[in-house]
Amino acid sequence: MILTLARKELRSLFATPSTWWMLALLQIILAWFWLARVDDYLQVQAQLAQMESAPGATIAIAAPLVNVLAVMLMMLIPLFAMRLIAEERRNQTWLLLAAAPISPAHIVLGKFIGLLAMLSLIIAASGLMMLTLLLGTPADLGLIASNLLGVWLLAASYAALGLYFSAITRQPVVAAFSALAVSFGLWMLELGSGALRALSPNLHFQNLNVGLVSSVDLCYFALFIALFLLLAIRHLRREQEGR
Amino acid sequence: MASPVTLSAQHLTRFHGRQCVVNDVSFTLRRGEVLGLLGHNGAGKSTTLQMLAGTLSPSSGAAEICDFNLAQRPDLAKSCLGYLPEHPPLYRDMRVDDYLCFAARLHRVAPDRLADQLQLAKQRCGLLDCGHQLVGTLSKGYQQRVGIAQAIIHQPPVVILDEPTVGLDPAQMHEIRDLIRALGDAGSVILSTHLLHEVEQVCDRAVILRQGKLIFDGSIDDLRQHRDIESSFLQLTADRAQEGAAK
Repeated sequence: MILTLARKELRSLFATPSTWWMLALLQIILAWFWLARVDDYLQVQAQLAQMESAPGATIAIAAPLVNVLAVMLMMLIPLFAMRLIAEERRNQTWLLLAAAPISPAHIVLGKFIGLLAMLSLIIAASGLMMLTLLLGTPADLGLIASNLLGVWLLAASYAALGLYFSAITRQPVVAAFSALAVSFGLWMLELGSGALRALSPNLHFQNLNVGLVSSVDLCYFALFIALFLLLAIRHLRREQEGR
Repeated sequence: MASPVTLSAQHLTRFHGRQCVVNDVSFTLRRGEVLGLLGHNGAGKSTTLQMLAGTLSPSSGAAEICDFNLAQRPDLAKSCLGYLPEHPPLYRDMRVDDYLCFAARLHRVAPDRLADQLQLAKQRCGLLDCGHQLVGTLSKGYQQRVGIAQAIIHQPPVVILDEPTVGLDPAQMHEIRDLIRALGDAGSVILSTHLLHEVEQVCDRAVILRQGKLIFDGSIDDLRQHRDIESSFLQLTADRAQEGAAK
């Protein structure tokens, strides 16, 4: 049942031209950034060769690329996630799901997985871009893997957040803006100081970005995703019961 | 010998804010019956049907579908139900076949029976030629048919249709009424309308709502006792208005 909903969500994401447009623009920006980084690296290569423990090509080129991808996803995911539930309410199609013998948990998980499948494609595409390093130099595959894992978990967190805001409103734009504001707020937390930094997904992403896979960060992401999915399920359930 | 009850509404009441939209409505539907829910605009027809379909929970009262309480066992009750809301819940960017298959899967139709039931639902609703068209490009009448097909594709014992013939031309209306009649013979159908002659043509029984209250529940023959059905409808609602004024 969850897979039925996920497949339908994935199909309808790819049926809208705006999805393709956003994906194309994202690829262009990433490719541009990628080539610029490669160019920079080639220019300083002579100096790097004389340093003792010079940064490798992977950390100098691939890691910054994933960092940019993370910021782009923070802004893009609310736009994809806003439609998930809010638009169904507005188009009156919500009643089809509400009258079907499925629970809010099915709906939330199905839509989450559908969106995450699409985001995984974006991340896989940037992974392929990083693997082109292998054409010219031995690359640090472990670092690439931890980067991909990190950005995937970050994307899943933003998707859960966006899905929650889509569940609590009828207006897709309100959902997108709320999700964007909260993810931006969490990002600012990371730039600040103090204990609150630990709440920011970006802080935990930074560890994975430099190749440090620790169970604390993995648990943090799992909790973050579960929290917002459960909140969304709870909201829909209470709405069905008439508050 | 009376056939089994497939749907029962028990003292359904619903408030929107402080306004009482549906007030203590009770009735039952038996297998093989077509029940017409009749009333003027704003009489609470759609709200009542939403409560029966489980998309809106009643402020008080209960609904049972095939003996499953909608509030306690929503999954079982809803799987016995096909529902066409007031605005058909259509995904405009899907093809008709894909949309109907999605609706069927949502209602747990087994994969091996999917193709047969899709074919049957399209045949019954006259959609055989437009399986590959996008739902959004169909005319209003055909969209309404897709909405009905969505409600019957899993062959539920109870079908709830909220104003099924709105926006159809007379020929289509005739076809849809024949279809409703056929559905009623196999299972049971409840439909809302404000067209009296429609009730007269397809329904076995009628329930009349006025300002959220049930003011008539009986067979079409009861309703016909009066000179004709139109005047009895007007008379029933007018009687109640006078009663209200006298109080």
